[in-house]
Amino acid sequence: MTATTGSTAAAAGITAQGLRKAYGDKTVLDGVDLRVAPGTIFSLLGPNGAGKTTTVQILSTLIAHDGGTAEVAGHDLAAEPDAIRRAIGVTGQFAAVDGLLTAEENMLLIADLLHLDRAEGRRRTAELLERFELTEAARKPAASFSGGMRRKLDLAMTLVGRPRVIFLDEPTTGLDPRSRRTMWDLIRDLVAGGTTILLTTQYLEEADQLADRIAVLDGGRIVAEGTADELKRRIPGGHIRLRFNDVDSLHSAASRLALSTATRHDDELTLHVPSDGSVSAVRSVLDILESSAIHAEALTVHTPDLDDVFLALTGHGSGAAPTDAHGTPAATVYGSTAAHPTAADPTAVNATAVKEIRR
Amino acid sequence: MSATTYPVRDAMTMLRRNLKHAQRYPSMTVTVVIMPIVMLLMFVYFFGGALGEGIEIPGGGSGRDAYTNYLAPGILLMTVASSSIATAISVCTDMTEGIINRFRTMAISRSSVLVGHVLGNMIQTVLALLLTLGVALAVGFRPEASVVEWAAAGGLLLLLAFALAWLSAAMGLSSDSVETASNAPMPLTLLPFLGSAIVTPDSMPAGIRWFAEYQPFTPLTETVRGLLSGSEIGNNGWIALAWLAGISVLGYLWSMAAFKKAVKR
Repeated sequence: MTATTGSTAAAAGITAQGLRKAYGDKTVLDGVDLRVAPGTIFSLLGPNGAGKTTTVQILSTLIAHDGGTAEVAGHDLAAEPDAIRRAIGVTGQFAAVDGLLTAEENMLLIADLLHLDRAEGRRRTAELLERFELTEAARKPAASFSGGMRRKLDLAMTLVGRPRVIFLDEPTTGLDPRSRRTMWDLIRDLVAGGTTILLTTQYLEEADQLADRIAVLDGGRIVAEGTADELKRRIPGGHIRLRFNDVDSLHSAASRLALSTATRHDDELTLHVPSDGSVSAVRSVLDILESSAIHAEALTVHTPDLDDVFLALTGHGSGAAPTDAHGTPAATVYGSTAAHPTAADPTAVNATAVKEIRR
Repeated sequence: MSATTYPVRDAMTMLRRNLKHAQRYPSMTVTVVIMPIVMLLMFVYFFGGALGEGIEIPGGGSGRDAYTNYLAPGILLMTVASSSIATAISVCTDMTEGIINRFRTMAISRSSVLVGHVLGNMIQTVLALLLTLGVALAVGFRPEASVVEWAAAGGLLLLLAFALAWLSAAMGLSSDSVETASNAPMPLTLLPFLGSAIVTPDSMPAGIRWFAEYQPFTPLTETVRGLLSGSEIGNNGWIALAWLAGISVLGYLWSMAAFKKAVKR
């Protein structure tokens, strides 16, 4: 098995051109192009009904597409579905495990269906159950498992055949934060081992944490594609948020920091100053306040996160304004800052979206 | 890895899985076998005396004992029909749990999933038949069959189990929910009633009699009864075999077509 993996590993990515799918007169996919490099995580991000699951179902040979071409692990989707099935693993939205069988039996079932010999099947089962910390529960029926354990078992079953391309369709939907983090670690390990992963998610943090590249899918089309940083750069939004005790402080701060770009929110007693969030930018703001003896109650650094990107790109209707994490309409705040020098600076983007510094 | 598929090996893997299911979830097997046994007891003890006098039993005789011999073969057919419901339920459960999707993204023989279900169901049906037969013998069923006749009756019941399991699998795949799946094959279990299982079609009004004479369970009932209780079979044997072949082919083709389309949404 290792030998065959080596010979075609170079082609173990995913490409798709113009994938189309319609159910009746409802178009689900309207010309989707994808290019997933081998050994990387590619995330399809989108709201419910955007076509994420349909894309996975088509690429994993579950349903037929109406138009376009695709290659998975070097095999043509239309011509060699069985060759693709030998190279892929799929873990869907709802754990596809056999509830009446034990974890171990579920694993051995897959090993048998992959025609591994008995010893190899047992070895692989023990190894994966160990790695996924399911050894203790190995002899319990899967129906008695928690959501997180079922999902882990599902992924473990997917890995029995050492797939080179793995489709993960919302692998952490419905999991608690701890289980989610465990899944993320397992997924990172897989990619470190050279596996290609197509991940769909509606959690922006998940795409940000895991994906090398992200495509935002909306209404059956890809509306944006790039790395997390590239996507964030497309949306202006970095700012320092100052909160004051009284209107007077707010007024004097606004006049001292009298940049045409700063925005006052009198009812909230806050001032938003566009910034890249760097230490020097924060320091210069603090220096100005200090020298003017203005007391600010709190300071928050907001860097654009994928939430901004997601909401901006998948906003439905033409006038939908992107909003920032505080629910204020970002378009009005940053309307004049699109050309702000820091907005184009990739180093300005910080993975941690919000840091609060209390004085 | 070669491109060869292993239809037999895969089907045996699936069969083992389904037998484990039957072993761990025996209430399904029990549920489907209870209905025919209750029918048997009801018709023998509640109505047997009256029906034994009221209908003209082929092969002669009258009274409860003669009626029990008339009734039991039809009850065995009902047992097969009732057991087949389990296939629809288990196939549909697989689909709603998403494991069929997992199987369909693996390079395994396309038919093996369903073949495993069908064979598993046939084994369950044999157990159900032995149980029903035991109860029938206990309440006075006295078959007068030779070994060859027993074998022929058994073979016919197995063929029926095979045909109905495929049909039931197709119904399970075409159902949206397990509830629908458990109801879809229900008419199959009632068909023996509308034939010659309980009373002779001669005693029915014209329209129903016409249906009773031409529906598949009547020639089957007549053949099994002829083999076990010694009544006249005539050409019913061939008609029964033709029906079984037809239902099997229909069930198989329908199942395979539904399996290709079966995607959990």
